[in-house]
Amino acid sequence: MKTVLFKGGRIIDPSQDWDFAGDILVDRGVIRDAGPSVSVASEVPVIELAGMWFVPGLVDMHVHLREPGEEYKETIASGTAAAAAGGFTAVACMPNSRPPNDSAAITRLVLEKAGMAGNARVYPVAAVTMGQKGERITEFGDLLEAGAVAFSDDGVPVANAAVMRRALEYSRNFDALIISHAEEPDLAAGGVMNEGSMSTLLGLKGIPAVAEEIAVFRDVCLAELTGGRLHIAHVSTRGAVEIIRQAKQRGVRVTAETAPHYFSLTEEVVEGYNTLAKMNPPLRTEEDRSAIIEGLQDGILDAVATDHAPHSSLEKECEFQIAANGITGLETALPLTLALVRGGHMSASDMIRSMSTRPSEILGIPGGTLRTGGVADITIIDPDSRFELTRERMHSLSCNTPFLGQTLTGQAVLTMVGGRPVYDPRGLLLS
Amino acid sequence: MGINCIKSRNILGIGNLSPEEISFILDTAESLKDILDRPIKKVPPLRGKTVVHLFFEPSTRTRLSFELAAKRLSADTVSISAAASSVVKGESLIDTARNVEAMRPDVIVMRHSYSGAPHLLARHVNAAIINAGDGTNEHPSQALLDVFTVREHLGKIKGLKIAIIGDILHSRVAHSDIMAFSRMGAEVFVTGPATMLPPQAEVLGARVVMTIEEALEEADVIIALRIQKERQGESLIPSEREYARLFGISRDTVRLARPGALIMHPGPINRGIEMTPEIADGPYSVILDQVTNGVAIRMALLSLLLADTSRKSAEQ
Ligand SMILES: [Zn+2]
Repeated sequence: MKTVLFKGGRIIDPSQDWDFAGDILVDRGVIRDAGPSVSVASEVPVIELAGMWFVPGLVDMHVHLREPGEEYKETIASGTAAAAAGGFTAVACMPNSRPPNDSAAITRLVLEKAGMAGNARVYPVAAVTMGQKGERITEFGDLLEAGAVAFSDDGVPVANAAVMRRALEYSRNFDALIISHAEEPDLAAGGVMNEGSMSTLLGLKGIPAVAEEIAVFRDVCLAELTGGRLHIAHVSTRGAVEIIRQAKQRGVRVTAETAPHYFSLTEEVVEGYNTLAKMNPPLRTEEDRSAIIEGLQDGILDAVATDHAPHSSLEKECEFQIAANGITGLETALPLTLALVRGGHMSASDMIRSMSTRPSEILGIPGGTLRTGGVADITIIDPDSRFELTRERMHSLSCNTPFLGQTLTGQAVLTMVGGRPVYDPRGLLLS
Repeated sequence: MGINCIKSRNILGIGNLSPEEISFILDTAESLKDILDRPIKKVPPLRGKTVVHLFFEPSTRTRLSFELAAKRLSADTVSISAAASSVVKGESLIDTARNVEAMRPDVIVMRHSYSGAPHLLARHVNAAIINAGDGTNEHPSQALLDVFTVREHLGKIKGLKIAIIGDILHSRVAHSDIMAFSRMGAEVFVTGPATMLPPQAEVLGARVVMTIEEALEEADVIIALRIQKERQGESLIPSEREYARLFGISRDTVRLARPGALIMHPGPINRGIEMTPEIADGPYSVILDQVTNGVAIRMALLSLLLADTSRKSAEQ
């Protein structure tokens, strides 16, 4: 497919403050033109897509692709296929594979596998410390050169404040991004859900909200001290949103993300020892949920990222206490975030900003825009189409999501990476 | 009122039982209790039924009590201590359950160190499940026998003040007791070291107070819980000595309660820590009645669940 004109959609591009009805011309993988009405020579194929949204490809800055090491849960190929089906043209994958991505060799392996799969783009996040052990920092220079876009020990917190300080300091030589999985490990130790009325009712050990908040506060203080660039992953509590708000007001170089489950669900879902509702940080209370939505509205929370965490039935069909943390998210994030738009909590433009433009900016990667001359990473969304989330329709190797079996509204109908369709269930670009 | 069966096919927790169902279980236990005093302590209603006791955590008292209850009703019983066997070899709970299920038991009485394990089992097997204690969640048969014992001695539950003292956070007995007594109309006060009090305990139906004086004042029933100084390497109290001084039940503290207040303990007692020996063995201690009543309550649970098996298998 060389040239094609997408006609009659709603073009939403927060990077240019665009939200209007119009057309987009894609030519040899590049966005050639976009506007209320684009005219082309008669031989150019035209695809009419009334009622659809044309947006810059969605970017998920927090996924777990499980390869290398746990390919029975997900592979880079299956995870990026799930990403494409969810409307994502790019994902940043966390380093907690087996072995962890703490060396240029593994970073290159991830990129090579991603290239072979040819689905969504993959941007590896490398470990902050060797083996994610929280002791010695990794070779940032080498890893960046190999293609890493940020550093994080996600999955485990960097427990030692001095090590986090060193990482933030050293990151300044490269203006690299440090992503913090903010959790005070001693306060969280042994906890399997949010601490509160639900943990009392279920007799489960809780993780208090302050375990997250203390760690967020520590890390913004360290970012302030060092001038390093900090990003807080998966914010889940009201207090954490407040700490980030104050830090931003002081001018600390901090950004933050939350995940769709934190604005869609609360700890109530854990009832009945539902392991599909077990994750870290845990689902919190209604008060936290509404604070997360406010944080997104204010832009205190810059990005929506899925924390896509595939697990097999081995890790989930078991006692709650020993079940693995995490749920899949790539194939549900779009409808769940669209629900905020439909509910009047955020504009369509703000949604695309948090799912495409901001994550691209924070990671310093291309994408997040429909600018003329840019690479055609484009997602076309049908915001009103309803579908049942079944095992069969999912592309991820795992189906550990509490939304399984539910009917969701809104989905990608075409995902293009560099002008090439990577998800085209309706065969729009077949002809 | 006036119900003649229990709705649930399992006994997973007090949380799933209505006050009417609890009363019905107590009444059934009362009618079965005199069997225990007969010269021939065996009746035939569960002949041909199989009860499997699946214990993933060491237990002597509860298992013995359940086994005796099943035998008194003429059921066949099998005991599996899973802690040392298959679980260690990496067999999952669901695998174990399916293997047990293949032996076609009618009831599985289960104890497990993880909260919610019986709930998981219940989703995977057809046999009725009785939770004999799951992690730090519930121990419903213990709570039922506690309520039974109090009703037997004081004639009612409604309007009584029940004081529960000790490690409320980690005690499945406390969780079930709070729910059972409050559901039956009692006022439940809990106290203990604040490190051992659950967050938002009022959702269970308890009033949390910080001193033993507040808890015991005018109490009709005092339930002391077993204390463990360390849990997973974490010290929740500075010393057993200080615990005994602040929260131990003694002649002095009992004076705050109503005269003749019942003294209870789920056992085994750390004498001198949770209560002084003179209190444990004193005239108002009903600790041994609890043990006897435990058999009656468990007989009631088994007979009620099995009375319904014909209905259940028809449903499947
Ligand atoms: Zn994380």
